[in-house]
Amino acid sequence: MRMNDAISGILLLILSASILIVVADYPTIPGQDIGPAAFPRLLGILLLIASLVLIFQGVRDRARGWIRLGEWTRSPRHLINVALVVGGLVFYILFSEELGFIPCGVLILSALFLSLRVRPVLVLPIAVLATLGIHTVFYQFLRVPLPWGLLQDMAW
Amino acid sequence: MELFNNLMLASQLVLDPYVLLVILGSAMFGMLVGCIPGLTATMATALLVPITFFMPPVAAVAAIVTATAMAIFSGDIPGALLRMPGTPASAAYADEAYAMTRQGKAGTALGVGLVFSAIGGLIGTIILMSFAPALAEFALNFSSFEYFWLILLGLSGAVFIGSASALKAGVTLILGLLVAAVGMENPAAHPRFTFGNSELLGGVSLIPMMVGMFAVSEILRYMVNTNPDLRVETGRIGGIFSGVSDALRRYRMGLARGSLLGTAVGMQPGAGADMASWLSYAVSRKFSKEREKYGTGHVEGIAESSAANNSALAGAWVPALVFGIPGDSITAIAIGVLYLKGLNPGPTLFLYNPENIYAIFMVFVLANIIMLPLGWMVIKLAGNILRVPRNILMPVILLFCVVGAFAINNTVFGVTLMLFFGVLGFLLEENGFPVAPAILGVVLGRMLEENFVTSMIKADGNFLVFFERPISAVLGVVTLSIMLWPLAARLFRRGDRISKKAA
Repeated sequence: MRMNDAISGILLLILSASILIVVADYPTIPGQDIGPAAFPRLLGILLLIASLVLIFQGVRDRARGWIRLGEWTRSPRHLINVALVVGGLVFYILFSEELGFIPCGVLILSALFLSLRVRPVLVLPIAVLATLGIHTVFYQFLRVPLPWGLLQDMAW
Repeated sequence: MELFNNLMLASQLVLDPYVLLVILGSAMFGMLVGCIPGLTATMATALLVPITFFMPPVAAVAAIVTATAMAIFSGDIPGALLRMPGTPASAAYADEAYAMTRQGKAGTALGVGLVFSAIGGLIGTIILMSFAPALAEFALNFSSFEYFWLILLGLSGAVFIGSASALKAGVTLILGLLVAAVGMENPAAHPRFTFGNSELLGGVSLIPMMVGMFAVSEILRYMVNTNPDLRVETGRIGGIFSGVSDALRRYRMGLARGSLLGTAVGMQPGAGADMASWLSYAVSRKFSKEREKYGTGHVEGIAESSAANNSALAGAWVPALVFGIPGDSITAIAIGVLYLKGLNPGPTLFLYNPENIYAIFMVFVLANIIMLPLGWMVIKLAGNILRVPRNILMPVILLFCVVGAFAINNTVFGVTLMLFFGVLGFLLEENGFPVAPAILGVVLGRMLEENFVTSMIKADGNFLVFFERPISAVLGVVTLSIMLWPLAARLFRRGDRISKKAA
């Protein structure tokens, strides 16, 4: 997905403007010119200038179109792949505490394997093995408290 | 005597069985990651970082040094066999190596690459060992002004030297600096850009961010890749070390030139192994007696640039260790690890913990030595490794990233950060914004602000103070000229055109 530079420029313009607005409220240190706002304000101003140049360049090159979608955006399979990676991570963020690492891991891996056309017979065995492998390394060896969730009663 | 003492202490640190095991493990890891197309040396480092989080300092640094050295070499393997460089540092000579493969000389291409990589790495290490301590002694006298300019020099190098579009690199650099500004750890201890989230008070956690930018974004890129996987054609690879002694004899000038050039390029801020390898290939061709053979499967260029990209790795550690200023994204990640381990890089590290510094030097030497047997093994097994199904590998790496991002603070917020920076990194790269300046900005942001604020307070409104001390004046002038050069060049060219038109 390639956006025209003008669009990136507008997004950056909004970002830099909001930075400048936010830092305007930062406290000043009595008797000194340099407060917590000074450095981010300087960055905000530089970003503002850069975004204006980007917009200028983008408008100049507008003949090449505003948004060029990559080939993958027309292929449902690839769209699903991307959605599964992002969606899988969101799913993990929301539900890992309740469901536990192992169920979440197996679920995310199986979904991705299926979408990436791993042979169906292999999907579940590999998903379980890989999840257990990662669990062992981090939970047993490195003592990371991965959540058990549903499997709390059979924790090992 | 002092050197001897330091080396003794350092060898106690390095020759510990645990550290040696870590070196061996990360060496194999680096070899594998570098060898699999689509997984870069930077990604290898980013994936290792969550694990090193649980290690003592020397082992952690050893893991990163070893893994990257191996990955930079083994990136040659898919370059030669598939014409698909495993890491960008092998791109310069992938065509040449592939041409050799088609003539049945894959073994020679890879064997020469391996041996020259190892020797190049060792030469780079020797330069690092002799250069860094002296430079550190010199740097002890630096004040906030010198540091301000040095950091700015490093950052402008990343923007103006190593990138296709200085404007876009500048934008990502500023974004990185802004990310570093998040949280309370600024000179005024005022919470900035935290959106009321208490987990952001301490700043954006570096490891989840790097895992996102360098691993998750790569996974996304794989997911949208519509080109079907390349078919691996592995015929006989042939004898690996058979052509090596001949090459060593014929190209010893190239070996020396490549290693020196590579180390020098590596020391430049913003230019790393990738650029060292491109430059060195070009230089080798220019000075070659058989220039016409380049591109037809001639091993000379491969030899010289293999030495260059591995020596660049060592070179990049000079500014990293002495000033805490990374030369490329790999050392930026490594510096993040040094900070996490309480080994804040800078000249005082040489003063108070010289044994740690010497331990890092020894790891470099060890890594380049075990590269030979391990590299031989990986070349032998290459056919199998290249056939590793990436549709199974990529999801597993994703799950690994999730756990790595979680493990730093044991909160799921790390995964959120990773997702955010993964998608951001993917979108930035898709639109031609390079990611490396951003990571330099994040790592150097706090240091830049601290030295900027201290210098501004000292200067009290008089900017000339920034140029008052001799070294800071030189650094300042160099930095400003790097920044203004593209502008000046453009004006000059325009002026030239106008005067031509007039004539």
